[in-house]
Amino acid sequence: MSVMEHDSLLFKGADWDFGTIQRIYDAVEAIGSGELGLDIYPNQIEVITAEQMLDAYASIGMPLFYKHWSFGKRFALHESSYRQGLMGLAYEIVINSNPCISYIMEENTATMQTLVIAHAAFGHNHFFKSNYLFKEWTDADGILDYLEFAKSYITRCEERYGHVAVERVLDAAHALMSHGVHRYPRKKRPDLRSEERRERERQLHQEQTFNDLWRTVPGKGAAAKPAISDERRRALLELPQENLLYFLEKSAPRLQPWQREILRIVRQIAQYFYPQRQTKVMNEGCATYCHYRIMTRLHEKGQISDGAFLEFLQSHTNVTRQPEYDDRHYGGINPYALGFGMMQDIERICTIPTDEDREWFPDIAGSGDTMAVLRDVWANYRDESFISQYLSPHLIRQWRMFHLVDDPDRPDLRIEAIHDERGYRRLRRSLSRQYDVGWTDPDIQVVDVDLAGDRKLILHHHVLNRNLLHKDDAQRVLQMVANLWGYAVVLKEVEPVTGAIFHEHVAHPHETLF
Amino acid sequence: MYIIDRRLNPGGKSLANRQRFLRRAKAQIQRAVRQTAGDRDITDLERGGEVSIPADGVREPSFRRSGEGGVHDHILPGNKRFVEGDTIDRPPEGGGAGSAGGDGGEGEDDFRFVLTRDEFLDLFLDDLELPDLAKRRVATVETQGLRRAGYTVTGSPVNLALLRSMRNALSRRIAMRRPKPAELLRLEEEIALLEKEGGPDARLNALREELEQLKQRSKRFPYIDPIDLRYRRFEPVSRPIAQAVMFCLMDVSGSMTEHMKDLAKRFYMLLYIFLTRRYKHVEIVFIRHTHEAKEVDEETFFNSPETGGTVVSSALREMQRIVEERYSPDSWNIYAAQASDGDNSPNDGSTSAALLRDVILPVCQYYAYLEVGSDSDRMQTGFINHKTSLWQTYETLQEQGANLAMRKVNHRREIYPVFRELFRRRDAEAGARAP
Repeated sequence: MSVMEHDSLLFKGADWDFGTIQRIYDAVEAIGSGELGLDIYPNQIEVITAEQMLDAYASIGMPLFYKHWSFGKRFALHESSYRQGLMGLAYEIVINSNPCISYIMEENTATMQTLVIAHAAFGHNHFFKSNYLFKEWTDADGILDYLEFAKSYITRCEERYGHVAVERVLDAAHALMSHGVHRYPRKKRPDLRSEERRERERQLHQEQTFNDLWRTVPGKGAAAKPAISDERRRALLELPQENLLYFLEKSAPRLQPWQREILRIVRQIAQYFYPQRQTKVMNEGCATYCHYRIMTRLHEKGQISDGAFLEFLQSHTNVTRQPEYDDRHYGGINPYALGFGMMQDIERICTIPTDEDREWFPDIAGSGDTMAVLRDVWANYRDESFISQYLSPHLIRQWRMFHLVDDPDRPDLRIEAIHDERGYRRLRRSLSRQYDVGWTDPDIQVVDVDLAGDRKLILHHHVLNRNLLHKDDAQRVLQMVANLWGYAVVLKEVEPVTGAIFHEHVAHPHETLF
Repeated sequence: MYIIDRRLNPGGKSLANRQRFLRRAKAQIQRAVRQTAGDRDITDLERGGEVSIPADGVREPSFRRSGEGGVHDHILPGNKRFVEGDTIDRPPEGGGAGSAGGDGGEGEDDFRFVLTRDEFLDLFLDDLELPDLAKRRVATVETQGLRRAGYTVTGSPVNLALLRSMRNALSRRIAMRRPKPAELLRLEEEIALLEKEGGPDARLNALREELEQLKQRSKRFPYIDPIDLRYRRFEPVSRPIAQAVMFCLMDVSGSMTEHMKDLAKRFYMLLYIFLTRRYKHVEIVFIRHTHEAKEVDEETFFNSPETGGTVVSSALREMQRIVEERYSPDSWNIYAAQASDGDNSPNDGSTSAALLRDVILPVCQYYAYLEVGSDSDRMQTGFINHKTSLWQTYETLQEQGANLAMRKVNHRREIYPVFRELFRRRDAEAGARAP
């Protein structure tokens, strides 16, 4: 081996220091930003220990978060399985913020650090910055400040109103978190920084305009109120409303301002994570594809040794492994594997298309510029649309996918489609639907409330394929809704077409709780 | 790009969350801990450990589909033999078929996690409280001590703060422009040189005058002055007595079997754990007795065989002697635990009772009497009213209002419950008795 070759290596052996990380970063940046054309937020790389990684796990990966027992539970769970060796820790955690924060573990070897930087600081980072969902729904500039605000706000509430009272509101808000997001863009939303400011101003205004005398002024009398039509009432309350947290925050008659604010905080955070839930396959696919390209290129340029490259390949194949359905390790479709498979497939279609590809993907087949196509895909799709658009027959055959239907009315399970000419489109449609959160999350909406009458809140669950809610859980959550609402709540499980009602859950508030 | 090293940041960020979790599930965790402790060897008690609590109590419910009933679609990789339209027999219990997308994953399993040693012991000891401890801790478990508290300008020479005094002197000398010895020396040398070489008189005189002035200035401003002096100041503080002594008294006469000694040993161990958690410093005194008592080391205490009669008062007297010699009740919390099979020589009863009532109990925080029986004893449940002579003696004392705890134990399993009972918080009881 010549001296020159030796010099081009970024590192030798497993050890690294901060100089090494800087060299690695520069080399990765040359390829990532230069050759692949990735567009990224400035990076901030933080070296942490295993214990800090466990801490980060517990607070959904965020560097700071408010306190709640469920995070402690998660921590205990992770810690005990980690200590028993049942679980390895992630090599990194990356946060969708500006600057983009990546945590890397101190135990990682130099090769792993290279992989992690390529994966998180470039792959994920690019995806966060360019994908339309993240642009639409998250505020990378303000998230850390908002979390800081949320944390201190909740701490102040705990000091003022006691742990138990705050915990109750948080429990209820967490239970409704999956139904606390706006799925469609609304009017212009203020960003998180001004959220924080607005909350202060609201309170200030209330304090300034407070006058106890108003309490003593005789009311107009109930009779004076004009009766408004049902239709009008629903419109005023923005019903039907699928964002339960939003509805409760705005309309629950008996909540204290601080309780509303806590609901709001949880809702904002749920909204922040909403894009991540919808882009798991793409996000991981993008990051994995990027790290694969970058690592391969580093090896080609002689910047990492053969040994390091083999070490990389070993962990790469571990991550992108997809066990088959009859394998005892099978646990659903691995988003890394599917995402990476599809990205590579797109590369294949762009560079060496077959006739089939030309027929299925006339726009991109043979275009030659893989990265331009991929950057466009990463910017404009989410999992559901991505799969329904880009899952190719080639990949379906390669994975030997099949569609199994479990219909309780039939005595056996039926194979609905396999990887053949008749099955491609149907398979693709069913798979993409499984990544549609609108399809996978139960559709629950507030449909009506009689504010003038008994104030009973009516929720509907539009039942899909006769999949009812888990009874026990539904009842528990409904109880929390009732506690927040302050009056009785009924949840009807409705067949959307016929209007038939399968089941009705009712909950009455515990008067003492709120 | 920035690289930040966070490794030195304080850890335990989740500590507050963990405490909230433990508080939330306290009742269940406590039950689990109690159960675990019952199964364990007492020697292992100081270790933390895995506990499992019913998942129900810490469930985080959400609106989700039940996974039962309804039509489910599964897209699976790795088809080997199916073609479209094939049917597969439904696997038993509905869960199979490659676990069908993991719908069954939300089990009702127990939630298992690891408690640290401290958490474990805290929970274990939480609802136990040493009787009358509060009283003594607040009222009398205090001693006077001295604590450094800055400097003072007066004091005894022993407390002279040398460094501080010299620093004051130095700053004063600088402020007053007291000439440095080197300066004087330089002038003197110059004068000497001029005198030797016969330099110009004017210059010589000027130098002499300057030297004279400087010397006077040196005299006016002494090297060290009484106002420079500082003394270390101490202020008295009262601090709780952080030490306890535990007396283990045991009858080792022939009638005590190995089994009984083992029971007693376990009881002492628990008590020891207890005290080590309450006090910074715990000492143990082992006193064994037959017809005469002796202070011994632990090894001898439990293991070396002994024969002879049984005179309990000998042990009490030995304890009294040791307390007087080494453990003044003013500065020690005294605990005593006596284990015996209940035999006592017939004419010793009243002596023991008197000793205990008048001498021992007044100085003790706590006195426990543990009567150990043989393993077979507990079978004879019908044999009720058999009371040993020592038991009778102590019972009389207790009826007279002596602060004395008594229990009978036959099996290792019974130690822990007994222990709990002996040390249960007795707020109500104590409150009633206090006035």
